[in-house]
Amino acid sequence: MSYLSLTEADRQAMLEAIGVASVEELFAEIPEEVRLRRPLALEPALSEPELVAHLEALAAKNVHTGVELSFLGAGIYDHYVPAVVDMVLSRGEFLTAYTPYQPEMSQGVLQSIFEYQTAICELTGMDVSNASGYDGCTVAADACFIAKHATGRDRVVLAESLNPQVRQVVKTYAPGFGLEVAEVPHRGGATDPDEFRAAAEGAACAIFQQPNFFGVLEDAPGLAAAANDAGALPVAHVDPISLGLLEAPGNYGCALAIGEGQGAGNSVSYGGPHYGFLAAKNEFIRRMPGRIVGETVDTAGERGYVLTLQTREQHIRREKATSNMTTNQTLLALAGLVYLSWLGPQGLRELGETCMGLAGLAKERLGLPPAFPDQATFKEFAVRVGRPAQDVIRECRAQGVHPGYALGRDYEGMDDVLLIALTEKRSPQDIVRLAEVLGR
Amino acid sequence: MAAQESYPDGLKYHREHDWARIEGDEATLGVTGFAQDALGELVHYEPPAVGDTVSADTSYGEVESVKAVSDLIAPLSGEVLEVNQAVLDAPETVNEDPYGEGWLIRVRLSDPAEVEALLDAPAYREFLATQ
Amino acid sequence: MKLIYERSQPGRRAGRLPHYDLPKAEVPEHLRREAPPRLPELAEPELVRHFTALSDRNFGIDTGFYPLGSCTMKHNPRVNERVVALPGFRDLHPYQEDEGAQGALELMWNLQEILAEVAGLPAVSLQPAAGSQGELTGLMLMRAYFEDRGEGEQRDTIITADTAHGTNPASVTMAGFKLEKVETDARGNLDLADLRAKVNERTAGLMLTNPSTLGLFDEGIVEVARIFHDAGALLYYDGANLNAVCGISRPGDMGFDIVHYNLHKTFSQPHGGGGPGGGPVAVREIVEPFLPSPTVVRDGDAFRLDHDRPRSIGRVRGFGGPFGVFVRSYAFIRSYGPGLKEMSETAVLNANYLLARLKDTYELPYERHCMHEFVLSARNFKRDHGITALDVAKRLMDFDIHPPTVYFPLVVPEALMIEPTETEPKERLDEFVDVMQRIAVEAAESPELVKEAPHHRPVRRLDEVRAAKNPVVKYGFEEVTTPA
Repeated sequence: MSYLSLTEADRQAMLEAIGVASVEELFAEIPEEVRLRRPLALEPALSEPELVAHLEALAAKNVHTGVELSFLGAGIYDHYVPAVVDMVLSRGEFLTAYTPYQPEMSQGVLQSIFEYQTAICELTGMDVSNASGYDGCTVAADACFIAKHATGRDRVVLAESLNPQVRQVVKTYAPGFGLEVAEVPHRGGATDPDEFRAAAEGAACAIFQQPNFFGVLEDAPGLAAAANDAGALPVAHVDPISLGLLEAPGNYGCALAIGEGQGAGNSVSYGGPHYGFLAAKNEFIRRMPGRIVGETVDTAGERGYVLTLQTREQHIRREKATSNMTTNQTLLALAGLVYLSWLGPQGLRELGETCMGLAGLAKERLGLPPAFPDQATFKEFAVRVGRPAQDVIRECRAQGVHPGYALGRDYEGMDDVLLIALTEKRSPQDIVRLAEVLGR
Repeated sequence: MAAQESYPDGLKYHREHDWARIEGDEATLGVTGFAQDALGELVHYEPPAVGDTVSADTSYGEVESVKAVSDLIAPLSGEVLEVNQAVLDAPETVNEDPYGEGWLIRVRLSDPAEVEALLDAPAYREFLATQ
Repeated sequence: MKLIYERSQPGRRAGRLPHYDLPKAEVPEHLRREAPPRLPELAEPELVRHFTALSDRNFGIDTGFYPLGSCTMKHNPRVNERVVALPGFRDLHPYQEDEGAQGALELMWNLQEILAEVAGLPAVSLQPAAGSQGELTGLMLMRAYFEDRGEGEQRDTIITADTAHGTNPASVTMAGFKLEKVETDARGNLDLADLRAKVNERTAGLMLTNPSTLGLFDEGIVEVARIFHDAGALLYYDGANLNAVCGISRPGDMGFDIVHYNLHKTFSQPHGGGGPGGGPVAVREIVEPFLPSPTVVRDGDAFRLDHDRPRSIGRVRGFGGPFGVFVRSYAFIRSYGPGLKEMSETAVLNANYLLARLKDTYELPYERHCMHEFVLSARNFKRDHGITALDVAKRLMDFDIHPPTVYFPLVVPEALMIEPTETEPKERLDEFVDVMQRIAVEAAESPELVKEAPHHRPVRRLDEVRAAKNPVVKYGFEEVTTPA
């Protein structure tokens, strides 16, 4: 099974035109000591039906949300992905196109990115969005890079209630950026603005998450003000699904807004590919990493779209680029645009209300002690189950239910805490079932 | 749009395609016709701040076209007295009039002897012929 | 064409999600959204029409020939799209316990093993999200390796080729290294004399792609590797051009210690208009302890994520990496098996055929057989007729051919970098030659036709100066914008 088109006759004609007797002659310049003179030790080629059977067998070993009632969240959410998303992504003109460096061949992709940038700016209250980042973790590193160069400072502050994977990625990038990383511990599941302010003194940026990793609603305006008071750029890491109900970061003092786009239009897909989003106030436009699409006109005066401010990027600015980023997550961001268009503003607000309402219902019905009493939450909440959460998960899974994420994996003193997520794909009956397997 | 490829005689030139107009212990600096032609229409000017020190043979700022970025190499050392707001507002001024309206910064020279190392117009034209 | 926001009508909607009888959700007042985001309001029929119309204004590999050098625009197999959509892959939550993800983990482990064999290096991380991130990861691995040996302060410089893709120097900066460049000689190989002068005890390593961006295999690669290893430095392989040498020469055997792959180039992950991609890395045993965490390991018949990696550089991306990309690349590789060699041979054959047929019409800077891509110069056309590489690119569009890469690598003036890939049939190659020869004639006889191209695309040449000087990066809603 292969995708080669040449016949033997083709090959012969081509070798003649080149003036060699065999393909082997074309590799004559490769030194013999680096030639591989045995076949690659790989399994023999599979035909298409064999390939499909093999992949189906592998897929069948995975316990997915279609066969297990799942309350797993923790940054990746089982929101419904509508059929129109599949339809758009399968169009070969989008799927198999390259980056739109030749705009006359790529108005479809360019205009869709422009529409995506608009949607992200609308959600976040910002002036400029890029065409996507790799995921919700790396966009935090991008934000730190912007902040370092915008402020000239070399320390960044992270709330401890920010997703652990996001914090890990920032710490991996920090040494190369010449940045120190400080964390502000959570107090009862939320971040105290006074502590945040103190930590942000002399920092380039201060990053918090809304809702945070525990599902708790932070005092986001208070945190943004605290960072601004300290002279650090406030950066909000936000859930796009929450932004029909929650105020946009650009409207309460943030300089940058970032996040994981997956919940808006991508399936969970064992972690990827998804898309990170990054949006900023206008003053940071020339420091933005990644591609940006701008509107212009052609020689006939017709409106069109192009990649713009390319001098920021690696292919021009090379070692002084705002980032090394080339390939991004365009197709997944397109899915996000289609999804947000399918929902519309009314649908987004209702979705937020449904998730929040289901979470409220689940809290009540389970009646388990909250890990963070007195904290308002969005679509996730943390409860104490009285014994190791990992054990509870195992027992529930044996009954066909995954009850949620074990926070003890990332936080001290929380081995008995379960983080339970509700999306619109769960129903009140599902909550009853969860209660059953939890013995409530 | 491109200015005439002329190199006025009253100016001093640097191999990195910058010019200087010496006026006592001050100088006005800019980029040559060759530079603006190579870059294409300029869209952005990133200047130093007034009061900054610039050093000969090092970068004091950047200009950008759509497809390229270029460091501005100082022909002489000194303190920045003024930045040309007209170019900040309309970078294409450099393309239209690189030696007049398209000046970039004015400096107070810290080492006037450095002028000796610069080329006069005929020598710069000769140098260009080898590019 | 209208923007989706211009098709919006207040009150229209497409999606309907389940409604339940629930207690009203009360967001605390100080957090409440005041004004709704102005997202599009359309019903499904117009939503579908909008995106269909957009796709009609776009050109993909599915549409026609796409010889973008260094991008490897090979056909994207459709069966890969079928398997990636299997619910067992698509709907698997990444925080599922390892016991519930055995199929995914086995696929990842198999892919790790395959990539190790292709590179000739034993240890693999699948985590990096794209080639650029793979590069950055590779450089971070170098730093970790040297810090572990107490040479972290000393080894502060990375050497790249002057033909390097812009991501190389950009990655060097992001990793906190200093950059040194080495020249390419007249034959298209690294200039060994220049190299010897620049490699010293401050050198951490080399970043190189081989074949180079000129499409030429570095004949001195064995000596290059010796120079760096003798100086105690490492070699990093940019896998962008791996399509030329799969099963023919392995980067590990060439002497490279760290390799990144571009799954969206060599291994058929669709480019998607700019992404997603995948940038796994393979490394020599001495670098293995520093690999990003987690990796996938095998314990007997079971597979698991190994987070217990105390010397790891840390995490570079969420979870184990872009899993959907792994499914497609894995399916692609399993379709070829050891036949990946034939894939590379065919890529090289296709490129050499085009080179042979075009070198008398356009200038060929390097008199050698090429690998999977080659660079021509339109310099003569510029000199004689004022026609540039850009003009040639725009005129190709009128013939439903996507232009090659232009103005790269920087060492060739008016560069046209052409990479046909292995999936093209001979007729497409012949057609490309015919059109390129026709454009050469037009350049002399009717240059305005070329200068004003394209004539038959949805738009004419676009004003990029205007877009850069006054960036308009989102829809203006109430403002009066340019007419559609």
